[in-house]
Amino acid sequence: MKFRKSSSAAVLTALALALTACGGESGNAGDQPAGESTGANAPKLPTYAVAGNVKIDSPTLKKAQQAGKLVIGAKNDQPYLGFEDTTGKRSGFDIEIAKMVAADLGFKPDQIEFKTVDSNVRETTISKGEVDLYVGTYTINDERKKQVGFAGPYFQAGADLLVRKDEQGITGPDSLKGKTVCSIKGSTPLQEIKKPKYGAKTVELSKYSECVQQLLNNEVDAVTTDDAILKGYAAQRPTKLKVVGKPFTKEPYGVGMNKDDKALRDAVNSALEKHEKNGDYKKAYEATLGLSGSPYSEPPAVSRY
Amino acid sequence: MNVLLDHLAEFREGFIGTVLLTLASGLLAMTLGVVIAGFRVSPVPPLRMFGTAWVTLFRNTPLTLLFLIAWFVVPVIFVPGLSPWTKALLALSFYTSAFVCEAVRSGINTVPLGQAEAARSLGMTFTQTLRMIVLPQATRTVIAPLSSIFIALTKNSAIAGAFSVTELFGVQKLLSDKGFPITWIFLWVALGYLVVTFSISGLFRLLERRLGVAR
Amino acid sequence: MTASVLYDAPGPKARIRNRIYSVLGSLALVGLLAFAVYRLDAKGQLDPKVWEIFNNAGVRTNIRDGVLTTLKVFAVAGALSLIVGLLLAVARLSEHRPVRWLATGFIELFRAVPLLITIYALWVLFLTYKQDLGVIGDNTAFWGLVVGLTVYNGSVQAEVFRAGINAVPRGQVEAAYALGLRKYQVMTTLLLPQAIRSMLPTMISQLVVTLKDTSLGYVITYTELLFATRTMANNIIVNGENPFTAVTIVVGAIYIAMCLALSSLATWIERRGRRTKTGVAVAAAAEPAEAPGVLDASGGPLGPTADREPRP
Repeated sequence: MKFRKSSSAAVLTALALALTACGGESGNAGDQPAGESTGANAPKLPTYAVAGNVKIDSPTLKKAQQAGKLVIGAKNDQPYLGFEDTTGKRSGFDIEIAKMVAADLGFKPDQIEFKTVDSNVRETTISKGEVDLYVGTYTINDERKKQVGFAGPYFQAGADLLVRKDEQGITGPDSLKGKTVCSIKGSTPLQEIKKPKYGAKTVELSKYSECVQQLLNNEVDAVTTDDAILKGYAAQRPTKLKVVGKPFTKEPYGVGMNKDDKALRDAVNSALEKHEKNGDYKKAYEATLGLSGSPYSEPPAVSRY
Repeated sequence: MNVLLDHLAEFREGFIGTVLLTLASGLLAMTLGVVIAGFRVSPVPPLRMFGTAWVTLFRNTPLTLLFLIAWFVVPVIFVPGLSPWTKALLALSFYTSAFVCEAVRSGINTVPLGQAEAARSLGMTFTQTLRMIVLPQATRTVIAPLSSIFIALTKNSAIAGAFSVTELFGVQKLLSDKGFPITWIFLWVALGYLVVTFSISGLFRLLERRLGVAR
Repeated sequence: MTASVLYDAPGPKARIRNRIYSVLGSLALVGLLAFAVYRLDAKGQLDPKVWEIFNNAGVRTNIRDGVLTTLKVFAVAGALSLIVGLLLAVARLSEHRPVRWLATGFIELFRAVPLLITIYALWVLFLTYKQDLGVIGDNTAFWGLVVGLTVYNGSVQAEVFRAGINAVPRGQVEAAYALGLRKYQVMTTLLLPQAIRSMLPTMISQLVVTLKDTSLGYVITYTELLFATRTMANNIIVNGENPFTAVTIVVGAIYIAMCLALSSLATWIERRGRRTKTGVAVAAAAEPAEAPGVLDASGGPLGPTADREPRP
């Protein structure tokens, strides 16, 4: 009895230690607000006027209004686009787009529940209503339109390549022969790069940040996805990574939602157009994505269908 | 129904991927497991320690964590440049080897001590004792648990699907994302696994019958 | 080491040889460790800054929340799997053929399919019928994981229970019927108590498997410990590197500690059970996946108790 008690007690103590070993004051050296600007003259994030008494004939919205919160799917590992720091605070351009749309639908920022949804389960979570809206570098295409409704586009990106700083051999998609390229299962740039004319080997993971890690570890030669995402990673580690800078596809980003909810789609489209006109869009861009070194360009025209 | 017929190529590819990964990591796990079991019963303390540490580490860590280690820690610290398939092979076989090791060790321990003593007093050498007395008996006890371990391995190989290896789970997810009804996909994929697992248990039952001699 | 099947008691020569091997082995082990530490250091993974991330309140909250969610899933799924396992075992031993077949089919199906696939399929299914499911629909990821763990581990636990029930001597059952006990009385007052007692260590070992398998929640975006780990490892940057190694070591240690705590409980019960001298022997604390007979679909000797030494 004695022995046994002490052994399991030891294990429990170890566990407790593992949990609390670093019990101490909060928020010191380790805080890493990566992908965020703290400089004095950095562009300020805009705030959005929350619309009151929104009445739209949309089943998704009605449910959200009843629940008092809007569930928005987003990425959490893309600096300057959709990023979550260790305190759980989210930042980035997509997050701003989500906030401005939510404001027009009558939801205050604290009424938004962000949910991390990785690329490979987007269609499932959106079409089954696990999230009300999805804002996370989501390319509009016809294949996806079969399952998901898209508002927007609100941004035009293009597939590009992220390589190590000292890389000389890779200058564009045509120089990828025999190289290993990492991307995400089911993403549009991956389908492009998989075409036999490029002759590249591919590795498919579930998060872009894990692809970047593979690139830093010399396990793959390039990461391909939209330039906006890649520039964020390059800006995070300017001494180690660079973007090739020759976009080879067009990736218009849209806000994903239930396929049949046309009323909601129209409302989100109007919200996007409104904020693009009144300057919120530009301010939000400059305070987020603009910091990663891509200059502001006019947003593409919203296409209603 | 037509989910299967329309995507037969994907299903076949996934099925072959699962079978190959299972076979390869089964073989490696078997080899590693026997070697580590040898360590665990050896009279040399450091080897025993190594064996115990190996088993404790790999048996109590979730397989997914091992996959993450194979992808993000091993290349940094040990060998860079492994293919996704090799990484999956390593993670799966290291994990499984811990279970194989324990099965083999308990198999050895079921051989009555007296038999080995008798063999030695007859003048048999260490290798002779091992080859003619201990191992044939241990093998018979080990077969049943090994069969379950390999069935578990087949199922665990599904985790590789999320790490750039083509196998059945990847197929399920792909088709589900395309919007096909999950129930049918699930049943077809389940059938694929049933084929593999039943072949394994059948094979081992055959082995058992072959080796099964009344004691 | 006490007497072994494999080796004779070492003589003077063998003792010297063993000592030489010991020294060589220790050197090799130390060398391996030193190499790992050296490589870690060379890659800047031992920099105190890398390890200071665990002083960060956010990181600590993340790890704590991860552990708590993991334990929450484990508690619910573990309890449910035991209940489901009990029901399935009784159903599989039923005298009514349809009930028996249904239970057997359920057990065989869910034991043969990888848990990852079951969890994913359940999640998609729950999402599809979100509106009609009430509580489950509100938290689909949690319930997808819990129900997936429950049906798989419940099936395995059912086989463990069945092995335990089959290990109860036949004569006891006959005696009970002769005394005029009903079927459910025999089951509840005679078979189950003995089965549970003898199978407790195996059941707990299967619970360890359940605990480890909660990590599969990452596939359906459930934020348990491993999911939190991945997010942290990907989003924290120290000295331009992601602290993958540090985070993995810490989280790995937490998992190992949790599993060891559970399995030491199993060993403790096993050892305690061995000292008592009642009817059925207590099974070894092996995971059922390795215990002979339990995962074996065919008949034959059922369960680990069958091939242990004869009962006193």
